Amino acid sequence: MQKLTHLKESPSQTAGPYVHIGCVPNFCGITGVYDQDLGSAMVNDRTRGERITVTGTVFDGTGTPLKDALVEIWQADAEGIYRTGDPRSAGDPNFTGWGRTAGDYDTGVWEFETIKPGAVPFPDGRIMAPHITFWIVARGINIGLQTRMYFPNDPMVANDPWLTRIEHQNRVQTLIAKEVSPTTFQFDIHLQGPDETIFFDV
Amino acid sequence: MSDGPLFHRDRTWHPKPLSPDYKTSVVRSPQKALLSMNTTLSEETGPVFAHDMLGELDNDLILNFAKPGEMALGQRIIVHGRVLDENGRGVPGALLEFWQANAGGRYRHAKEGYLAPLDPNFGGCGRTITDENGSYSLRTIKPGAYPWPNGVNDWRPAHIHFSVFGRSFGQRLITQMYFEGDPLIPLCPIVRTISDPEAVAQLIAPLDMNNTVPMDARAYTFDIVLRGRRSTMFENRMEGN
Repeated sequence: MQKLTHLKESPSQTAGPYVHIGCVPNFCGITGVYDQDLGSAMVNDRTRGERITVTGTVFDGTGTPLKDALVEIWQADAEGIYRTGDPRSAGDPNFTGWGRTAGDYDTGVWEFETIKPGAVPFPDGRIMAPHITFWIVARGINIGLQTRMYFPNDPMVANDPWLTRIEHQNRVQTLIAKEVSPTTFQFDIHLQGPDETIFFDV
Repeated sequence: MSDGPLFHRDRTWHPKPLSPDYKTSVVRSPQKALLSMNTTLSEETGPVFAHDMLGELDNDLILNFAKPGEMALGQRIIVHGRVLDENGRGVPGALLEFWQANAGGRYRHAKEGYLAPLDPNFGGCGRTITDENGSYSLRTIKPGAYPWPNGVNDWRPAHIHFSVFGRSFGQRLITQMYFEGDPLIPLCPIVRTISDPEAVAQLIAPLDMNNTVPMDARAYTFDIVLRGRRSTMFENRMEGN
């Protein structure tokens, strides 16, 4: 028999408590190496779309906020095109689509200044409701957690081709942000417990 | 021919989220099953980083935080290798960010309490972007082993943390590189979150005497593999996707 030649993906290891040193050094006081922390600015004055703030906290199984988590997001631009890698076209050149921030050392709260994403097609051509992809790492998390945030009061959510695949529809609400103000959305992430956020193997 | 969905992750190869001997994982690991999905544009696309964002010393931890004319203390090493996908192809343009303790095993971080001293010339962070073949290199000092609060006497083997971006956000990976011959590797509760010894071996960099610079720095080789993508030859996709 011939042998398959595929390589194995490098196994993950926890980001640990000092992930800030490598990923947001200016945030943790290591200045003078990089001009600014990558992912700290997603928008500029010319970015198209509705400006929003997305904020939240990651909670452990005891309800304690994680004060050492690193959160990254990836989203489409206002027209529903990803800035890079999208086979349909290039996205808004004034929008990075990617953000990274660390939770506050004292409260664990994190925040992104971004725009409301447009809708993106599912592989079969149906349209997914606007959403933001999240990736969360921290001490005690052995492999980065992948989830999605959707927007409240969005009529597209009910027919979203990704969300409708979920068996336990009573958990879908863990993926829907709360509207704090018309331009501020709160998306708390629960690693465990009755409100455990849905995480994806995708 | 390889722009289809990402290969599924082999979750038996990766560490289990709940690894009780790594105590912090107990309250930070999801208890419900992950929901399995096929990738969409949201996972197949990802941010791209341009070489021109890099400073000249970004991949040189011996110099990038040091005062002019000074250097970080420790054993000088070069770490080099390739970023590949599971199909064995080099991944060009992959952003690698790395961080580590200094030669005494101390991190430059507000929440670090080990009594070993800081090195005023060592920050501990660096980054680079792979070339057209997926190759990269960095220069640093060998990090020290250090004790950490888990069991009463747990020590981390010397290691360098790597954060990696490929072309897809679904390839996002953070891992750690260990050094050939370190007796602490098999004792470490974090290493032991990985159950397959072959998978652990994939994170241990061998000494590479051929690329060692005589009278200057030893070399270690460390290749990193990211998820591959399926061929689209029989994928039934709507036009425009």
